[in-house]
Amino acid sequence: MNAVVQQGRQRQRRKVYGDTITLAHGSGGKAMRDLIEDVFVGTFDNGELDALEDQARFAIEDLANDGNRLAITTDSYVVDPLFFPGGDIGELAITGTVNDLAVSGAVPKYLTCGMIIEEGLSIEVLRRVAASMKRTADAAGVAIVTGDTKVVHRGSVDKLFINTAGVGVIPQRVDIRSDQAQPGDVVIINGFIGDHGAAIVDARGEFAMENSIASDCQPLAGLIGAMLDTCPTVHCMRDATRGGLATVLNEFAEASAVGIRLTEEAVPVRTEVRGMCEILGLDPLYLANEGKLVAIVPPASAEQLLATMRKHPMGRDSAIVGEVVVGPKGRVVLATSFGGERVVDMLVGEQLPRIC
Amino acid sequence: MKYVDEFRDPEKAKSLIKAINSVAHHFDTDDKGPLQIMEFCGGHTHTIFRYGVEQLLPKWIELVHGPGCPVCVLPMGRVDDCVALAERPNVIFTTFGDAMRVPGSRKSLLQAKADGADVRMVYSPLDALHLARTNPDKEVIFFALGFETTMPSTALTVLEANRDGIGNFSLFCNHITTVPTIKAILDSPDMRLDGFLAPGHVSMIVGERPFDFVAERYDKPIVITGFEPLDILQSIWMLLQQLVSGRADVENQYARIVPADGNPPGLDAIAQVFELREFFEWRGLGSIDHSGVSMRDEFAQYDAERKFAVPNLKIADPKSCQCGEVLKGTIRPWECKVFGSACTPERPMGALMVSSEGACAAYYNFGDLEALLANHRNKQAVVG
Repeated sequence: MNAVVQQGRQRQRRKVYGDTITLAHGSGGKAMRDLIEDVFVGTFDNGELDALEDQARFAIEDLANDGNRLAITTDSYVVDPLFFPGGDIGELAITGTVNDLAVSGAVPKYLTCGMIIEEGLSIEVLRRVAASMKRTADAAGVAIVTGDTKVVHRGSVDKLFINTAGVGVIPQRVDIRSDQAQPGDVVIINGFIGDHGAAIVDARGEFAMENSIASDCQPLAGLIGAMLDTCPTVHCMRDATRGGLATVLNEFAEASAVGIRLTEEAVPVRTEVRGMCEILGLDPLYLANEGKLVAIVPPASAEQLLATMRKHPMGRDSAIVGEVVVGPKGRVVLATSFGGERVVDMLVGEQLPRIC
Repeated sequence: MKYVDEFRDPEKAKSLIKAINSVAHHFDTDDKGPLQIMEFCGGHTHTIFRYGVEQLLPKWIELVHGPGCPVCVLPMGRVDDCVALAERPNVIFTTFGDAMRVPGSRKSLLQAKADGADVRMVYSPLDALHLARTNPDKEVIFFALGFETTMPSTALTVLEANRDGIGNFSLFCNHITTVPTIKAILDSPDMRLDGFLAPGHVSMIVGERPFDFVAERYDKPIVITGFEPLDILQSIWMLLQQLVSGRADVENQYARIVPADGNPPGLDAIAQVFELREFFEWRGLGSIDHSGVSMRDEFAQYDAERKFAVPNLKIADPKSCQCGEVLKGTIRPWECKVFGSACTPERPMGALMVSSEGACAAYYNFGDLEALLANHRNKQAVVG
């Protein structure tokens, strides 16, 4: 614990009154202070926040012990519905940003939290979201150290939007970049694809389907740490969120000026997700994930790395799904389980269901 | 996965390909060029590209990707009409998902939505009717689109609205018909197709008999085909068997879904609600007689075209667009002047680049790499 944290003020926190958020809770006055102290500072519970300064402060030397570069990232979370099977917007807001740090090889350290709240949201909902953020942050080994709260008129946002930014430290020996894929490298993923995207489609209830798909929302820093211990020379790594596995591989192929050959049979897709995609005319390769990383690694370390990943709870269903080839450069080609081949391009826009 | 993987078995595919190859010597394709088989339906085109069926076929068979993608063949003027309806005050405009991105002359429905129109994606016309029930102070318009496959569900929805006296619901009817369109293709002077794969889901409604004329009058074999990759291969094999023995018949490969006489209650609902239009305008193909339906007079109150002033403008296809030639198989998608340059899935110019079921978009997205690259090289040579 650093010196600043130890200086956190010890005193009675304020309480928020009422059941719903009103514009007063964003006005900068007492109501806002009550809300922040009760719901956020109280829940996130760390010395940095307790100090109630406008910024969190860190000693550079503490960070330098863990590595020689900082990784900084930000992401905004606007998921609808706020709660879905396997997670909620709070859990997502932590895992998403933690994972964006972790896939660089960074050890995630600190997060910020910006809340944009639609007036009329129940305070109970906000408490549940904050509790979920705290739980997830603890599991990922990060602290939420500073934040911001805005309340906007009804209709200006949909219930609750969250922005989190994160800081992590990259160890000296690690250098992961998307332009380092080389022909012969192997593509590894840490489990079933499409669970999050399918769970969200399902949770919106537009299609009245009965199934049990849960989001794969999970922080990946632990798994990535274990991976880098086994194989510090991971060439490329990204988390396959929006746009799914297909989009990440296209990004690698383009940045590294190589081709990527994906084997359909090897890609883990749950039967429930496949079934849903069959019915709705969607392609699981493009469905969002919130706990899946795609790594491109030298062939010599692939098997050992795979074994390490499979031992980790977040990588139990890891699989080698393809290889890097010379060309066509910038293209991802899928060897279909039917025996044919097709190009897997990036989507133009949102994946839209087909008529018939 | 049960009832899915059986129809995608690579071993069965291999034996079908072997069987297809074994009849090669019956066809003099060195001199005459490849056999041309048209899959009419966009669903088939999607399957062919998604599973890479085309690369498995020998070079002497060429698949011509037909006009059976209702989103692709919608003329620009009709999209403009959709946008005009969607932009009316107090309207909820409902549509199938892939129609959202089709460009009109001003904008697509997706852009209209961004500009403030209340455009919502639905999976069934019944979802639109439900919106009408739950929003009695709004006018809910459903963008009715598709061939005979989707007509019964639209018709039944109108009948339900009528039965329950729901006054704030209407259709913008753009349903189109299969048979007159196949006939128009067969009548086209530059046509050189050797056989057809008939649309399986359309046939599930209309049955086998409406395709008799293809065999009887035009002497072309036609096989009603399912939508799994093995269905496609088996149908091609059946078609080749007909060609080898000099037959031209209507055969039904998709008998597990398609009854010989179709779906009588569905046909009955269609007949109650719709009647043939004198003609309908298609993107890429122009005007085709009797190729669309409109609503009968007794349902006029559910017809958005009569309920509201629809601009109904005719917008000509862009001149450089060669969709018509691609649709008839006289040129391949990548041979079009604007393929991949002025016309891409991001900024589609022609019909076939619009939906993933359109032949050009399919080539662009999933496509034949060699052809794409050769095309790219040619273009560079021209530029150089």
